Amino acid sequence: MTSTPTTTGDPAAQGPPDASPARDRAGPGRAWRVLVYVSGRLLTAAVSLVAVVVAGFFLFRVLPGDPVRAMTEGREVTAEQREELRRQFGLDQSLWQQFLDYCAGLARFDLGTSFQYREPVADLILERLGPTVLLAGTGTVVAALLGLFLGTRAGWRPGGRADRVHTAVALFLWSVPTFWLGLLLIVVLASGRGFVPGLFPTGGMVSPGVSGALDTVLDTAWHMVLPVATMVAVIYAQYLMIMRSSLMDEKGADYLTTARAKGLRDGLVRRRHAVPNALLPTVTLVFLNLGQVVSGVILVETVFSWPGLGQLFYSGLRVPDLGLVQGLFVVFAASVILMNLLADLVYPLLDPRVRP
Amino acid sequence: MSAPTGRGSRPDPGPERATTPVPAPPRPTALAWRRRRAALAAFARSYARHRAGLVGLAVLLAISVLALAAPLFVDEAGLSITRAPGDPYEPPSWRHPLGTDNFGRSVLDLVVWGARVSLTVGFLATFVSVALGTVIGITAGHFASSGGLAGRAVSTVLMRITDWFLVLPTLVLAVALAAVLPRGVGTIVLAIGLTVWPPTARLVRAQTLAVEARPYVERARALGGGHAHVMVWHVLPNVTPVVLAQTTLLVATSIIAESTLSFLGMGDPATVSWGGVLEAARNAGAISAGIWWYMIPPGLAIAVVALSFTLCGRAVESVLNPRLREAR
Repeated sequence: MTSTPTTTGDPAAQGPPDASPARDRAGPGRAWRVLVYVSGRLLTAAVSLVAVVVAGFFLFRVLPGDPVRAMTEGREVTAEQREELRRQFGLDQSLWQQFLDYCAGLARFDLGTSFQYREPVADLILERLGPTVLLAGTGTVVAALLGLFLGTRAGWRPGGRADRVHTAVALFLWSVPTFWLGLLLIVVLASGRGFVPGLFPTGGMVSPGVSGALDTVLDTAWHMVLPVATMVAVIYAQYLMIMRSSLMDEKGADYLTTARAKGLRDGLVRRRHAVPNALLPTVTLVFLNLGQVVSGVILVETVFSWPGLGQLFYSGLRVPDLGLVQGLFVVFAASVILMNLLADLVYPLLDPRVRP
Repeated sequence: MSAPTGRGSRPDPGPERATTPVPAPPRPTALAWRRRRAALAAFARSYARHRAGLVGLAVLLAISVLALAAPLFVDEAGLSITRAPGDPYEPPSWRHPLGTDNFGRSVLDLVVWGARVSLTVGFLATFVSVALGTVIGITAGHFASSGGLAGRAVSTVLMRITDWFLVLPTLVLAVALAAVLPRGVGTIVLAIGLTVWPPTARLVRAQTLAVEARPYVERARALGGGHAHVMVWHVLPNVTPVVLAQTTLLVATSIIAESTLSFLGMGDPATVSWGGVLEAARNAGAISAGIWWYMIPPGLAIAVVALSFTLCGRAVESVLNPRLREAR
């Protein structure tokens, strides 16, 4: 492609000398291609969203068996309560009427009412959104940075000591169930039993009685240590493996030989030449893995009683609160799809090779 | 490990090839078998060079034997809450090497017995998802290169569906499925199987495209082989190695997923599985009470089994993919 590894400038600055024949046609043709690309992505995302909405509806209605019976199985529920539930979900109406009501509600951001909290699901979700974004965001950023850093170390000398150690540790942590690791951390570092004093809180987000902006921030950070550590431990392995293999792909490239022939030190060749190119494919995969971040955050919040969407989801499952679970299903899926759309739209700006 | 590399899945060359007069002594079937044996031996030899893969395989064999033989040394009656052999929360002792739970059941017995359900669910869910992924992947790959406009449309739609499932949060979908279906082991298998197949489908599709570009597929088509013939007799056997590596890795995912679903309360309370034991431990307050012998063994068992499957899968992958082999 080019001998300069960091061609991440703006599209207009792309020099004609190394442009491939297909890219020679600048001007309107290019604008047209960008338009086609963007609208294609938007269309795909829209179809995916519609599929999520439809799946969110039919999954909880049409599957074999009575959803209300499945929800109340093994619980003491009277026939009246069952009827009440049925009426609440509109299950006494025709399926199409229900579907239309549901879609009309979604258009107004009305996700129905929670059976358990007796509040609109949308309000509950908005209330709990902040803590989840904080936890998932911090976890993803730390995990991505750690994974990319260690993956660079491992992939630069495949088979070396660093590679073997980092890969082994990452694989082991990846094999550990998230929730169990969280429980283990609570027992060892938070419960105050055994040899280690209770260094960290066992759960929650802020201790009761803490006031003042700075104190709240510090206390929240203190509460976040174990949840974030749990999330990072389980998800960083994927980033590490992706970065490692991506760097190994770059290793044979000619521009690295050129850089070495210029007499650059090994560290410089890695940092300035190989890593920026290896990072590019990794970015998409970081976004593709967001679904797993959502899975991780649900478990971590459940274990650490973090007052976010994941805990809400768990509490909805326990009751079970069908309206809440359904609303969260749609919200989780939709947010992942939107983030992927964002990645698709941003990626060509980062990587000239895939520019339309 | 060695059985699925092709014996049952390869077609017998069949009578039509046998009718061609071949003067050379080795019959085609015999030749094919000799080649298969040689390939298998080569596979075993290169697999044996992966120390981590061998360790994983040994651990898995040991655990599988233990799980199969569990009825010989674990009294199933002792696993019922009412007829528990010990007192609640006995610390580890000679009688109960891993202590007892809140009902007085031996934790060691629970973990050994739990291996049966956890491994069964892991294998069945993997089977469901691999079957689904292979069928969808081969169909999408085959019709992407042949089958005209309608075929390409089918292929595109299948891949869109795959991408949709790939992006969705697996756990949320699996939990939603498990929540609306009746409780039971079958539901867990289905919930996991229906959510973890997309990576397999993508992988199989890519491999199918590579296989279909080879001349012998063109020859088969020229001789009048239909879609089904090409997909089953020519593509499937060549996709099998990739699927095998993916299968081994998927079992690890499925076992972790089973424990996660059980932990979230989606499991069948009547069966003993590793995730179920952990959920019971948490509900009984073993975490805050510091009953480590109730909580650590099941989780460690999950981690060890998942890690072993991952090590085996990576070894198989690197044997089959020369690019990875040199970089090991």
